[in-house]
Amino acid sequence: MHQRKFIFSLLIFFTGLASADEVQVAVAANFAAPMQVIAAAFEQDTGHKAQLAFGSSGKFYAQIKNGAPFQVLLSADDKIPTQLEREGLAVPGTHFTYAIGQLALWSAQKNVVDGKGEILQAGHFTHLAIANPKLAPYGAAAIEVLKNLGLLSALQTKFVQGENIAQTHQFIASGNAELGFVALSQVMKDGKLRGGSAWVVPGNLHAPIRQDAVILTSGKGNPAAAALMNFLKSAKAKGIIRAYGYDF
Amino acid sequence: MPQNIEIIHARFRVAHPGFTLDVDLQLPGRGVSALFGASGSGKTTCLRAIAGLEHAPGGYLSVNGEVWQDDSRGLFVPTHQRPLGYVFQEASLFPHLTIRRNLEYGMRRVPKSARPENSKIASLQHVVELLGIAPLLERMPHKLSGGEKQRVAIARALAASPRILLMDEPLAALDLKRKNEILPYLERLHDELEIPLIYVSHAPDEVARLADHLVVLEQGRALASGALGETLARLDLPIRLGEDAGVVLEGEIAELDAEWHLARVAFTGGNLWVRDNKLPIGQHVRVRILARDISIALGTHLDSSILNVLPATVEQLADDTHPALSLVRLNAGGVALIARITRRSAAKLGLHPGQKVWAQIKAVALVG
Amino acid sequence: MVTISDPALSAIWLTLRLATVTTLLLFIIGTPIAWWLARTRSWLKAPVGALVALPLVLPPTVIGFYLLVAMGPQGPIGQFTQALGLGVLPFTFWGLVVGSVLYSMPFVVQPLQNAFDAIGERPLEVAATLRAGPWDTFFTVVLPLARPGLITAGILGFAHTVGEFGVVLMIGGNIPGKTRVVSVQIYDHVEALEYAQAHWLAAGMLVFSFVVLLLLYVFNPNGRRK
Repeated sequence: MHQRKFIFSLLIFFTGLASADEVQVAVAANFAAPMQVIAAAFEQDTGHKAQLAFGSSGKFYAQIKNGAPFQVLLSADDKIPTQLEREGLAVPGTHFTYAIGQLALWSAQKNVVDGKGEILQAGHFTHLAIANPKLAPYGAAAIEVLKNLGLLSALQTKFVQGENIAQTHQFIASGNAELGFVALSQVMKDGKLRGGSAWVVPGNLHAPIRQDAVILTSGKGNPAAAALMNFLKSAKAKGIIRAYGYDF
Repeated sequence: MPQNIEIIHARFRVAHPGFTLDVDLQLPGRGVSALFGASGSGKTTCLRAIAGLEHAPGGYLSVNGEVWQDDSRGLFVPTHQRPLGYVFQEASLFPHLTIRRNLEYGMRRVPKSARPENSKIASLQHVVELLGIAPLLERMPHKLSGGEKQRVAIARALAASPRILLMDEPLAALDLKRKNEILPYLERLHDELEIPLIYVSHAPDEVARLADHLVVLEQGRALASGALGETLARLDLPIRLGEDAGVVLEGEIAELDAEWHLARVAFTGGNLWVRDNKLPIGQHVRVRILARDISIALGTHLDSSILNVLPATVEQLADDTHPALSLVRLNAGGVALIARITRRSAAKLGLHPGQKVWAQIKAVALVG
Repeated sequence: MVTISDPALSAIWLTLRLATVTTLLLFIIGTPIAWWLARTRSWLKAPVGALVALPLVLPPTVIGFYLLVAMGPQGPIGQFTQALGLGVLPFTFWGLVVGSVLYSMPFVVQPLQNAFDAIGERPLEVAATLRAGPWDTFFTVVLPLARPGLITAGILGFAHTVGEFGVVLMIGGNIPGKTRVVSVQIYDHVEALEYAQAHWLAAGMLVFSFVVLLLLYVFNPNGRRK
């Protein structure tokens, strides 16, 4: 008797979370800053509410596979949404690229990173922070850049790896790594560098970092989820996204 | 025998909320000095201050001419640098060491210069023998009875060649049987020890058996301090060891009466017959005579059942706590006795100082 | 069949080295602290005790974050280590040691403090009357009597360091052979969806932790002090 009551209240609890005007969104860590602005605008314009959770896309993938109640995923790559779709965990046809990430070589200090990234050749530094390439698309892109520059083996010993792009940023911001590869969005606001010095890595040095969004099966039929996807495609959202250093 | 040369000088003033200790003691440099008093009288605090376990500020302490504490000069020798032995109420043996290692603990730490002439082993053997603990040496402390533990604790203190031995109610935690098991060892110590022993106790029988010098403490002050016999015979301050006032006399077994199972104890003031406790002739003994067990007669009465009658001189009369009673101090051949009689009897007999009387002693307890 | 790879072995070796160094240092640092905490009547006892216990309640990421900042080039510890010519500590083995020492401190200090407390005043007084000075007493009486506490402290300090994750993640930088310990390695495998490798290490960790605690309970049961 008690058990049934308990299960019943659990059901109410979860269905309550999935109420029509609310959407649970898993957001890749690198997109945290612009997404907060977008969510506010979204709420104002549509009346729907977006509940945001930030983290690494890989972790979200594992959680979604194991039944996490997210309804929309804003991934840091395009692989995970594709895979979720293939595995039947995402609503087919909802998957699109909401932003293309730009990689930046950044230092918290001024005049450390030059406009051409020549410091990488010179190598006068002890630590180069990158996001774990196995886990984070920005990390993989950073490896690609170094490979293309022919510097990978020379600099590999100086790597310190952040678990995700946010931790990588922390390593550099605290000064423990002199410089490192981060998402441009992390160091940019309103189209300007927030501090330190940076080199925006040209897009031809690595495969584009497509960041894809997808509606997950648990978000199927939630009008708020569909509304959010539409909103992300709007000019208003694109303006915000661009201001944070993303491309299209 | 104790020579009353005052060699230990202790002056402490401790003031805690609800407790003060204010003493200035001169104790003999040999024999057993008992610090006697009820709990809370300050006797343990006093002993701990002598050991340096407690620092009584503004205090002064010298032992056999060595100053251990003189706060006016900023001198305070820490406990571990004082050549003393201390026996706590609970044996407090080191549980992780065998009995032998416990005994050796202090012995090994005696500076070479302070070691007795005989070798280490000899001194260990001596204390082991003295306290009868040879069979226990290889055991661990938790295998010992309470009495055995306390004997080991005493031996351990002695093995460190102390120049003064301090005992804080070493028998208080033991039951009567264990107590009686240890008392003979303490008496042996009393007879053999060449260093002063300060013995804290609230048990009258222990004091009567062991003490040569008596300090009575009450609420942190020394009410009396002096040789046991004299102190007990004081009328201005009748010291109640137990339920009644009384004196302790020292003597030795002089004759045995096999037919009547009696033994004659000879002391300075005469002879007393006591029950024969199978003690050999020549054995040094103590007897305790309570004031209530002495009556006074002006002549001898051969028709009385009383065995012990001593000639004595009245020295002093004083009122006892009850208005019907008075205390009389008698001098029996140089030894002080106290008798308790009714005031009416005293008046009837016309007792006055200098008067020759007979002290009739109803009971004599052999205390050691 | 997945074989234990070289990176796994290197992570295990690093973890054991870290735990050993940390435990030794914790004994050296933690023993005086525990002794002081057990003996003092100072008003500082409560604040110091609380400070030592902080890692019990703080999320490791908080400790890791503050350590990262404090040991960084602008942080106070970083300034100090740089002045000594040691450079900065994050991303180094010794940085992890510093983090682990702080993080595992209560697991060593508290059992020691309890053991010292339990000894009480008496054995120290007895030793003093037997002419043992304070250091002598500490080594010949206090430490032997506190043995159960020492064992507990050592095992808990070691095991807790082996199980440490958050702090290492924050200040380690995930450098193979230098700061990539087993727990981080497991995390990487899980994140990369390499569940097979993750299982090997995770199961190993589980068994290790169980055995350690089992030893603790078998050889050092509570309340059996004589």
